[in-house]
Amino acid sequence: MLGYLWRRLRYLPVSLLLVLFMTFSVLRLTGNPIDIYLDMNRTPEQVEALTQKLHLDRPLVVQFGIYLRDVVKGDFGESLQFGVPALEVVLDRLGNTLQLVGVALGLAVVLGIAGGAVAALRRDRLADVVISFLAVLGQSMPSFWLGILLIQFFALRLGWLPTSGQGGVAHIVLPALTLAAYLIPNFILITRTGVIETFNEQFVLTARAKGIPSVRVLLVHVLPNTLNPILSFLGLQLGKLIGGSIITESIFAWPGIGRLMVSSIFQRDIPVVIAAICIMCIAIVLANLLVDIALSMLDPRIREA
Amino acid sequence: MTASKAKIAIGGTVIALIVLAAIFAPLVAPHDPYQQQVILRLKPPVWMTGGTWRFPLGTDSYGRDVLSRLIFGSRLSILVGIASVVLSMLIGTTAGVLAGYVGGKTEEVIMRTVDAQTAFPDVLLAILFVAALGGSFLNLIVVLGISGWMVYARIMFGLTRSLRERPFVEAAVSFGGRSGYIMLRHILPQLVPVLTVVATLQVGQMILQETALSFLGLGVPPPAATWGNILAEGRDRLFLAPWIANSAGIAIVTLVLTVNILGNGLREWLDPKS
Repeated sequence: MLGYLWRRLRYLPVSLLLVLFMTFSVLRLTGNPIDIYLDMNRTPEQVEALTQKLHLDRPLVVQFGIYLRDVVKGDFGESLQFGVPALEVVLDRLGNTLQLVGVALGLAVVLGIAGGAVAALRRDRLADVVISFLAVLGQSMPSFWLGILLIQFFALRLGWLPTSGQGGVAHIVLPALTLAAYLIPNFILITRTGVIETFNEQFVLTARAKGIPSVRVLLVHVLPNTLNPILSFLGLQLGKLIGGSIITESIFAWPGIGRLMVSSIFQRDIPVVIAAICIMCIAIVLANLLVDIALSMLDPRIREA
Repeated sequence: MTASKAKIAIGGTVIALIVLAAIFAPLVAPHDPYQQQVILRLKPPVWMTGGTWRFPLGTDSYGRDVLSRLIFGSRLSILVGIASVVLSMLIGTTAGVLAGYVGGKTEEVIMRTVDAQTAFPDVLLAILFVAALGGSFLNLIVVLGISGWMVYARIMFGLTRSLRERPFVEAAVSFGGRSGYIMLRHILPQLVPVLTVVATLQVGQMILQETALSFLGLGVPPPAATWGNILAEGRDRLFLAPWIANSAGIAIVTLVLTVNILGNGLREWLDPKS
């Protein structure tokens, strides 16, 4: 187990380095960094200060080295809108985003696996047809419109839930559902296929022949075997999920990193944008690692490979 | 008629209609999409009380005709969708064929880059670009093109590697054909059917990405009539005028769904096994 962990961990710095290299190249190579960081009303003193701070008069390789050193120290520069370190601004919102993503993930797992299992057990009956149709429809539904439809129905027409913002439990239902919609259709389809396949296996037949109740067969013998493809899919979709959280937070005015990032672009607060991008990438890399660890714990064959 | 041909026919017809409407937008659209008439603001669509045939889908909060804005908006979505697919297809196919044919270090570098960028969300890449360069038509195409090339690289890599072992390629090699010539004249033609299918399906994905970015305000800035912009404007008027957001939403889903139907039909038609 430890050896496996070590093999996975070795790639971590490489991924992070690549992300930093990408942000650096876009910022420094696509145009004049001074234009990117400062607006039209800049004073020569500001330009001079920025040149000093970013070491724009040094070779690019040196600049990249200094950039790396600053990032490792957690120094992304000062936020232009708030006047405090950019990293602090971003970490302030991290909790809200994690909360949203966490609830969405929980919803997706529960609804996706339950839906898929029901569809598989009622194969080719009405429930299966309805669930499978909804899953396929959900795959071509842009989440931003889904969010808007949910607001219209549950918030404006029925008045059950608030339209936007953050507050009690009621506030998180619609954003989490919208974000979960990125995963639910595929979770349903993967679980459905997995359950149908596993039910044909010898060990399930044995379990049923022994007279074990169907519910227990499903929960103990069948579903654990479908977790592997679901987790693998989740690992591949983590980036999409984080990207989706940016859109979802914007629809519902949820005060997380995504919304902060988008509003910071309009404020031309580049240090905050970069800090947010880096934090999100670190989150994706770490989450991917967690998924891999979970996978290897569930399935010993992966550890050996 | 087989199912695959039916899908191609249905998808193709609807897309052809949408594309024709986009090309001839000035003739098809009943109004100027940018003409503001404050007296006529927030008129409901024709099927709601107070709606008239003059504005079949109603008007927005500046009194602009929603239908005309949708028709003109389709131009940008379709253009960005196709142009970014062409760009990412060029990058991805070149990278994938090179990695698959040359192998070794080249393969290692290209495919590890593919892995690394796949983990980096497209939206973050787009935000990075827009933050640095600002949102515009050309930037959108570049951003989407760069964020989408990995799909082609993966698929073309796998195909090229298996093609390299085929007798006709080995024959070309033994005749002394140079690598560039073999990749261009022997490998690439074999990839065209798969490329067509993947590219068609990707057009739908790119249109979705474009509307998402426009919705966030990171696409072509307002007052440009784009589907994402119309949807974003509609989001702020949901209580008074839900038809603005909903007609944009239906337009997006219709186009993306038919592109997907066409793509799946093409795949089944070209590869009856699947």
